[in-house]
Amino acid sequence: MSSMVPDQYQSASEIAELVTTGEISAIEILERHLNHIEQYEKDVHAFNLVTIDEARAAAEETDKLIAKGERVGPLAGVPVAVKDNLCTEGIPTTASSKILEGWKPPYDATVVKKLKEAGATIVGKTNLDEFAMGSSTENSAFGPTRNPHDLSCVPGGSSGGSAAAVAAGFAPIAIGSDTGGSIRQPASLCGVVGVKPTYGGVSRYGLLAFASSLDQVGPFATSVKDAAIVHEVIGGYDPLDSTSIKQTSNSFLEVLDKDISTLKVGVISELMGGIDGITREVIEQANKAVSVLSAAGAQVEEISLPAALYCLSAYYLIAPAEASSNLSRYDGVRYGLRIDGANLNEMNVNTRTEGFGDEVKRRIMLGTYALSAGYYDAYYGKALKVRRLLAENFAALYKEYDVLLSPTSPCTAFKLGEKVSDPMTMYVNDVCTIPSNLVGHPAISIPFGHGQDGMPIGVQILAPPMKEPVMYQVAHTLEMAAQ
Amino acid sequence: MMSEPISPEEVAHVAYLARLRLTEDELSRFTEQLGAILNHAEDVEALELDDTEPMSHPLPIENTMREDTPSPMLKPSDFLPEAPAVEDGRFLVPKILGEEP
Amino acid sequence: MNQEIFKDNWELIVGLEVHTELATKTKLFCGCLNQFGNEPNTNVCPVCLGLPGSLPVVNEIAVYFAMQLGRALHCSVNRSVFARKNYFYPDMPKDYQISQYDLPTNLEGYLELPSGETIGIERAHIEEDTGKTTHIGTSGRISGADYSLVDYNRAGVPLIEIVSKPEIRTIEQAKAYVSELRGIILALEISDAKMEEGSIRVDANVSVREIGENDLRTRCEIKNVNSLKSLGRAIEYEANRHIGLYKNGESPRQETRHWDENAGRTRSGRSKEDAEDYRYFPEPDLVPLNPSEETITKIDQEMPELPSKRREKLANLTGVKPSDVALLVERNHDVFALDVIRRGGLPDQVVKHLVNNLSAGLGELTAESLAQLVQMENKSEITSTQAKKMLGELVQRGGTPAELATELGFEAIETNEIENLVDQLINQHSDEWERFCSGDTKVQGFFVGQVMKATSGQADGKLINQILNERSTSK
Ligand SMILES: [Zn+2]
Repeated sequence: MSSMVPDQYQSASEIAELVTTGEISAIEILERHLNHIEQYEKDVHAFNLVTIDEARAAAEETDKLIAKGERVGPLAGVPVAVKDNLCTEGIPTTASSKILEGWKPPYDATVVKKLKEAGATIVGKTNLDEFAMGSSTENSAFGPTRNPHDLSCVPGGSSGGSAAAVAAGFAPIAIGSDTGGSIRQPASLCGVVGVKPTYGGVSRYGLLAFASSLDQVGPFATSVKDAAIVHEVIGGYDPLDSTSIKQTSNSFLEVLDKDISTLKVGVISELMGGIDGITREVIEQANKAVSVLSAAGAQVEEISLPAALYCLSAYYLIAPAEASSNLSRYDGVRYGLRIDGANLNEMNVNTRTEGFGDEVKRRIMLGTYALSAGYYDAYYGKALKVRRLLAENFAALYKEYDVLLSPTSPCTAFKLGEKVSDPMTMYVNDVCTIPSNLVGHPAISIPFGHGQDGMPIGVQILAPPMKEPVMYQVAHTLEMAAQ
Repeated sequence: MMSEPISPEEVAHVAYLARLRLTEDELSRFTEQLGAILNHAEDVEALELDDTEPMSHPLPIENTMREDTPSPMLKPSDFLPEAPAVEDGRFLVPKILGEEP
Repeated sequence: MNQEIFKDNWELIVGLEVHTELATKTKLFCGCLNQFGNEPNTNVCPVCLGLPGSLPVVNEIAVYFAMQLGRALHCSVNRSVFARKNYFYPDMPKDYQISQYDLPTNLEGYLELPSGETIGIERAHIEEDTGKTTHIGTSGRISGADYSLVDYNRAGVPLIEIVSKPEIRTIEQAKAYVSELRGIILALEISDAKMEEGSIRVDANVSVREIGENDLRTRCEIKNVNSLKSLGRAIEYEANRHIGLYKNGESPRQETRHWDENAGRTRSGRSKEDAEDYRYFPEPDLVPLNPSEETITKIDQEMPELPSKRREKLANLTGVKPSDVALLVERNHDVFALDVIRRGGLPDQVVKHLVNNLSAGLGELTAESLAQLVQMENKSEITSTQAKKMLGELVQRGGTPAELATELGFEAIETNEIENLVDQLINQHSDEWERFCSGDTKVQGFFVGQVMKATSGQADGKLINQILNERSTSK
């Protein structure tokens, strides 16, 4: 097994502190990371594009501000890798699709703007499953990303490039998007921390939509604290996103170190053996996490989330339905790929047939079908009802429990090519993560032990909407125990 | 044996609606794969959902609006260079068959 | 045509869908200027260009306008949810249109026509406009074009679509419905409502059935109607087409058809393959609108006086039928008319002048001068022909009617002068006079004409007739 993972990570908070106090320059930090990328990127392929020139200019700008004694943000000099489905002004944004190859947006996503304002150095655009549809990053039009822990394995997906970039030490922080687990599952498979914030907690403006009512942008980091810091930077109300939440919660860091002895934790039995396909070693690690929390004084009980059994079905109707509409605009008229045709319709068809990969086509067709006349009630309508049922399940549980716990991914990283031929097998990877997306709740995956193959295993903490502080608090407790 | 929830004809129609062209091979492969996914989705039939309100959105918020005040606009040079074909500051498309819906 | 329909026992059924562009400063979902006539693709941003990653945010004034119109049409204003209407067309930057579907802002109202009849309103919902496609090629028409060019300046402009129930039964009603709706929109000042410029667009759902039938037959949706006149022609053509098909034992197919003004006919639009399946679903990028009771109460309280109310008011004061003052209200001349009447103008004559003798605006005309003009006419100081001429002058350059009459030499001719003229004519044309006296009224015009000729049209026609009648009976 060839591992590309460094022995030790330098945290974002440490880098920001060193840069802000002038002990080390932002450009020095950047060059160190660029060197590392230079050395290992050809094996990992975490990036669609490393933006060396722009990164150097940004780092120099940060250094200038510091030299002048001006205030810099909490991510001063911190290299950040951004998933290639977030718009970056003047820098190609492709969603790893041929249909958008080379497209340069005329604007920055709100998240990107906030990162820049916080002093971060954006080092590049990371690889993903085309339009974030997948769980292995094998659906990228520009080739797969590999897991830095074992190059023969997938990093998970769809934010596989971001997870791999952090795991490989290319950047201490990466940004991803999570529609059905696309941050947490790759975080789990790559042994890093990954967070899906409350829906509406982080602006989606500038995120290339996959499924608008499920998509949420969030951070990857090497520690819970770093993730919380980045979450604070990118979060908050955005007038450009109608689904953004106006009231902002308190600092995510305030209660990070507080003991958890007053908390009640529910363990989702359906995801601890109740549903087939979740491996024993993963469940074992989750049980170890339970012991840690009990030992720390939390009251831990097994609970039932009955609607969890139907989440996969609901998700694979709702997400494709929204996607089928969101991806209509890629028609060869205004930007991106055009394959000519004798008339408009032929041009549309040629462009989309050539420009989209199989998984994207599959989901567009599935979603089109689910919404079409005569099938809406049977498929899409019913899926929306399952979603309500799930929300009611959660609401009842959160009357009693502060957070819930489950595994993140049903298994450790699998081999490249192992699951590509059967979509259903691939979809099952999302079974533990999907519930949070359907109801818009926050969840975090933190590394917690390894499988027999030596690959990382993650544990997931779920919390009620806007209750990220307690989620980070519990995750931090587990993190301390894992080290 | 499971019922076939979607026929090749339906897949072909859906592909047409989505502006996608499928080869014969793709048509049979996608029919089978979409069928498997839809079959899996049949498991929700076990649920009693008649009295459940559909939930299209995770947030209960309402009335998010903006003031009627202008904000900066783009210049044609910001986006026209990205277009596949342009004439006189406008996006050029091939001949359109049929009137607008 | 209506007679023809009745003769054949056919009944016309029309429902209208009226789109009106709202006169907001900015577009419906972004801060781009809602402005007509700029260079192509200059009033655009990532949102209205449908760039990947962009998101819509609703313009509160557009929503307010929609609710105002809803209340003016006696609709209930409801919690509403935006929905996506999915179809591919290049003038739609996202290849879906954000509209409202099963939960529109306004539901179930009615519109009162000047005749007093009411037409039910099914709904009035908010949606975004499309861009503009120009077809380049020899014909300029879409079918003969070599290629097309798209400008997105109009994309995202706020629209309200007002859908009537299929309760319109005549072409006159259809026209009256559109004018009345226009009047309401203008009174609310929510749109400039110019049909020729496309800020009001009308689609007509037309079907026919035999009188006595209860069910509706297949309807066709007629688009591309650019004036009230073409609306009438299009409905007439389409209804006759349907009747023709039924008479031949055929039936029309439910479809969208386009009115071709030059050819005077409707044409079938799209291929059958495109059977409408818009896959509506709730727009996940927007949240529901749920106006408070207070907002709706405020709208009701601040409602300007609407045309029906103004007609009623004017009719009550003048004794003229509401339907006869409709045009006056439509032209916004009712307040002026009331002013003229207050200053002593006789109501029915004031209304007559304003309705019949005023082609453009009021210009320099003041309430006082019109009141005086009407009084002069009433006292026979001037003839009605002269009054009409003077009205035109007063509109153009102002002034007082008394001065103007002197300037134009419009002083009434003495009665005895006309009597002399009549007597002369009787002597010169004894044959015609005999015929007149024996009851041949055709020659009456001859005598009146001769007197008019001799007085350069300044004689009062009524007076001439009166003298002629006196002379014939005293003969
Ligand atoms: Zn705009």
